[in-house]
Amino acid sequence: MDIIASYGTLLIIIAAAVGFFMAYGIGANDVANAMGTSVGSKALTIKQAIIIAMIFEFAGAYLAGGEVTSTIRKGIIDSTPFMDVPELMVLGMISALFAAGTWLLLASMLGWPVSTTHSIIGAIIGFALVAVGSEAIQWGKVAGIVGSWIVTPAISGFIAYLIFMSAQKLIFDTDKPLENAKRFVPVYMGLAGFVMSLVTIKKGLKHIGVDLGAVEGYALAIGIAVIVGLIGKMAINRLKIDPNADKQMHFNNVEKVFAILMVLTACCMAFAHGSNDVANAIGPLAAVVNIVEHNGEIAKKAALAWWILPLGGLGIVVGLAVLGKKVIKTIGEGITHLTPSRGFAAELAAASTVVIASGTGLPISTTQTLVGAVLGVGMARGIAALNMGVIRNIVVSWVITLPVGAALAIVIFYILRSAFGV
Amino acid sequence: MPSNAFLGVFAKSPIKPIEEHIKIVHQASETLIPFFNHAFKGEWTEADALRVQIRNLEREADTLKREVRLHLPRGLFMPVERTDLLELITHQDKIANKAKDIAGRVIGRELEIPESIQADFLAYLTRCVDATKQASEAINEFDELLETGFRGREVALVEKMLVELDAIEEDTDEMQIRIRMGLRSIESELNPIDVMFLYKIIEWVGELADIAERVGSRLELMLAR
Repeated sequence: MDIIASYGTLLIIIAAAVGFFMAYGIGANDVANAMGTSVGSKALTIKQAIIIAMIFEFAGAYLAGGEVTSTIRKGIIDSTPFMDVPELMVLGMISALFAAGTWLLLASMLGWPVSTTHSIIGAIIGFALVAVGSEAIQWGKVAGIVGSWIVTPAISGFIAYLIFMSAQKLIFDTDKPLENAKRFVPVYMGLAGFVMSLVTIKKGLKHIGVDLGAVEGYALAIGIAVIVGLIGKMAINRLKIDPNADKQMHFNNVEKVFAILMVLTACCMAFAHGSNDVANAIGPLAAVVNIVEHNGEIAKKAALAWWILPLGGLGIVVGLAVLGKKVIKTIGEGITHLTPSRGFAAELAAASTVVIASGTGLPISTTQTLVGAVLGVGMARGIAALNMGVIRNIVVSWVITLPVGAALAIVIFYILRSAFGV
Repeated sequence: MPSNAFLGVFAKSPIKPIEEHIKIVHQASETLIPFFNHAFKGEWTEADALRVQIRNLEREADTLKREVRLHLPRGLFMPVERTDLLELITHQDKIANKAKDIAGRVIGRELEIPESIQADFLAYLTRCVDATKQASEAINEFDELLETGFRGREVALVEKMLVELDAIEEDTDEMQIRIRMGLRSIESELNPIDVMFLYKIIEWVGELADIAERVGSRLELMLAR
């Protein structure tokens, strides 16, 4: 108890710093996955991708990041055993952040695609194990999260398959693909706008003091979707169609139309990523702040402090700006064979899945939904070649991340304990 | 291992190099037309220069073939079967090899082609080259096929091209019979060994069309899934 009383402010500052560090790692590590498909299919330049990512990651984090945060904060571990020793919870959360952040940075350097979500969950499980014991962990919740690792890629793949097949039916396999592209692509744009605005309205606007009813929320989302579609239509009409381009390949101009759509799905993806992954950094931080502000009482229901979400968003953006550029640069050559029509299907599906999952409060991995979505498009015979070996490595690195995160957290937890003499 | 593993999921597309490959192979067979035009007149230096050109194209095709094979490791997930693609490029490559063999054999013997069959022979050769061209055009629809997910209209279009390819090949069979008859009527006046070689060359030129047709049927098999 006295620890929290005497070091409270210091603990918050440490937690905030480490949370920022973690957010920085998320920004640096995941941005390439979220924006890579757009850059790879030449729909966006690197610079544009960075700018879009900054704006929408922050918007997603700030407007829709609250829901998953609470799961990370109080869903994974049961706070009851910590009632008498809240300082352990505080130190544990700090070590979890530190461990996950370190692991992320290390993995980014080595080029392993670890999931930010997995590393933080592993770390939280790790410190809870040594601080109190296995009874402190909500194994049911953890099982749910682990289950979501199988379910979400599957859902995302299925959605991607459907989106891609619909694009085939409506646009590619018709007499006049270009005209149909001009007609239907705005509809896809509206869909993307709808998904994005709906999650914002339903999950995000509460904490900035706007509370809409269900009907008004849907109406607003539909309204925004229509506006987005119209703007998209205007953008497409301004597109220069090169009649000679079709001599080389019938679908060059169609893909151009899709490239505009891809800009929008990239925004969607960044938004979804921000809303989902910011929680990994600020969930533990929110827990620490709560405990300190209530003088060691672990409140069951507590509002997020106002500065926490922006801090996480800022961390992601800074990480993006500093390291993201380098990461995205490596993409240029990597996926030259991904056309905008594929990329859009994968991105829209992944973003929708993340958004749906964020709504349920499950912390899911953005990378996973993307991999699932890409596989879905591949199943529809839409991608020239996918490297299953790489996919296997990615899955392996996901599995490894849990114990590594846990082990790191345990080590750091012991160091902190002796430092504060608990 | 690229520095970002997620993007490593997208393997290098095998389709572009396969399209490139058939273009080169077709070029090699096309070069036979000017080659024979020189051979008719007995201009062996010019003909030899063209033979070297055909040989270089054949080497280029070999390099591309090797590249495709290297880029198709096991464990790639593709819309078409890996084995089908490998067989396709193997067949494609045979066109260039055949062209090289024809040119090499004609130069090696400085083979005179009798005036009376020259016109027929040239028409026959041109038709065989048409077959390789048609195969090349069909294969170059590959990326459009991918765009449409190997479905619908685009498949119908390619099917039509392949039917046309079969028709061309049948044409060349007819022409081959005619040329053989023409050669048979004058063979007693020629050097017997040369005649044997001429028959061989006529057969080989016909094989250009046969192989082209085989390339087409490989493509057809991929669409049949």
